[in-house]
Amino acid sequence: MATVAWLLDENPETRMQAQLGQGYRLARALARNPLAMVGLAIIVALLVVAAFAPWLAPYSAVDGDLANRLAPPSAVHWMGTDELGRDIMSRIIFGARITLYIVLLVAVIAAPLGLVIGAVSGYFGGFVDRVIMGVTDIFLSLPRLILALAFVAALGPGIENAVIAIAITSWPVYARIARAETLTIRGSDYIAAARMLGASHARVIGVHVLPLCMSSTIVRVTLDMAGIILTAAGLGFLGLGAQPPLPEWGAMISRGRTFILDQWWVATMPGFAIVVVSLGFCLFGDGLRDVLDPRQRVKG
Amino acid sequence: MIEVQNLTVDYGPTRVLHGVSFNVAEGESFALVGESGSGKSTILKALAGQVPDWSGAMRLAGADLGKRRDASLVRRVQMVFQDPYGSLHPRRTVDDTLAEALVIHGIQGRDAKVLAMLDAVGLARRFRFRLPHQLSGGQRQRVAIARALMLEPQVLLLDEPTSALDVSVQAEILNLLKGLRTEKRLTFLLVTHDLPVVSFLCDRLGVLRSGRLEEVSPVSALRAGQLTSAYGQELITRSG
Repeated sequence: MATVAWLLDENPETRMQAQLGQGYRLARALARNPLAMVGLAIIVALLVVAAFAPWLAPYSAVDGDLANRLAPPSAVHWMGTDELGRDIMSRIIFGARITLYIVLLVAVIAAPLGLVIGAVSGYFGGFVDRVIMGVTDIFLSLPRLILALAFVAALGPGIENAVIAIAITSWPVYARIARAETLTIRGSDYIAAARMLGASHARVIGVHVLPLCMSSTIVRVTLDMAGIILTAAGLGFLGLGAQPPLPEWGAMISRGRTFILDQWWVATMPGFAIVVVSLGFCLFGDGLRDVLDPRQRVKG
Repeated sequence: MIEVQNLTVDYGPTRVLHGVSFNVAEGESFALVGESGSGKSTILKALAGQVPDWSGAMRLAGADLGKRRDASLVRRVQMVFQDPYGSLHPRRTVDDTLAEALVIHGIQGRDAKVLAMLDAVGLARRFRFRLPHQLSGGQRQRVAIARALMLEPQVLLLDEPTSALDVSVQAEILNLLKGLRTEKRLTFLLVTHDLPVVSFLCDRLGVLRSGRLEEVSPVSALRAGQLTSAYGQELITRSG
């Protein structure tokens, strides 16, 4: 228990101890929220499944057994087989990789991009702000899936292009958040003090403004993960995302649509996977939002 | 050390300063007093480079103040803000705040300098990695003063440094400022509406009313209750 005391020390001696202590308090606060923990468990499960897909999947994701096509869920095939006799559970397990790949890539591209654009816009204000927010509004006013569709149609179908298209359509939300946060802090004394110390605009934005926009953006990204998964699945459903035989969940639903009345499991199982993972990100995002408030940080 | 000539500031159509002129000698402590809205804080902000639209001439430590500030100027003049709750970044520890200036100007020996400054402003070293919300108002103001002194400026601009604090804490901060001034041979320009603070901390004072400097007097005149302008006398009566 010495470590815990060390972590919770009110008077840390080094920078590292102070930061680890903050992290530990955050984790403890998060652990007290059962729903957030359910969300976290789902996300961790997704990560584990994606990482160990070849060992976890009982069958191949692409090779089918045509003699055994459209088999209902049974002890042999827990989630049944699809129209080419492929084991649906194995395909969902491998599909976790694709989903994770899309979600992470979109988050890595869109969130920082939107953050920086929004912070720059809010910090400088005036003409810069009007131009940037004008562009942002144009993007926001278009339905996300339709815009993504247009980009994929222009770039060509495929996961990479789907990722790019979703990223291009999702940054304006983060730009709006970052701008709103920046507007509330740009006139504060600590920003004036930093400027007085000689900090450049880039440093003020990067070191002083962005960290304050971070928590609301992280929360928003986690909550948006569900939307990203759905958009990716939507593109897959329309045949513009991952291409066959890749086991993308949206594309799997699309294939199962033909048999939805007689062989319900073909479309339902991947749909179920989408729901569970989306729910996981939503719950975790909600929990994060409760915790990532600096005024609650002291409570251990 | 500070020369202000005919400083005029407009906020949109409203003129808030009408050609204010005064000088502050090196090592002197000069106070600007007046009611809220008299323009005293605006003078400070103009000197600090936070007012974009001004005319007249300002010289700080022999250098003309232009619209742009260079790094050498920043190292000569720093400011302490009124509200210690708003002047510290909520997510940065005391250590981050104090080391900021050193990082920006590429100054080595951060740890030693931060610790020395904590001692100088009378903050225990165990507060070094606290966040602002874990500190009291007085402690925060000590951090703000320490931050302003990290670059070893010659001039310190003080914007009502004690008005947001409890009375008992005010005395501590005033004593600290007085001690630091002698120790580091600082020039103070203090803005306040609190006349006792002026007589405790300052050598001379200027009385401001609606953007005009009514009079400049030595602090002995304030103590004797003999300010020359009628408005100055009125301020004394009101605070008495």
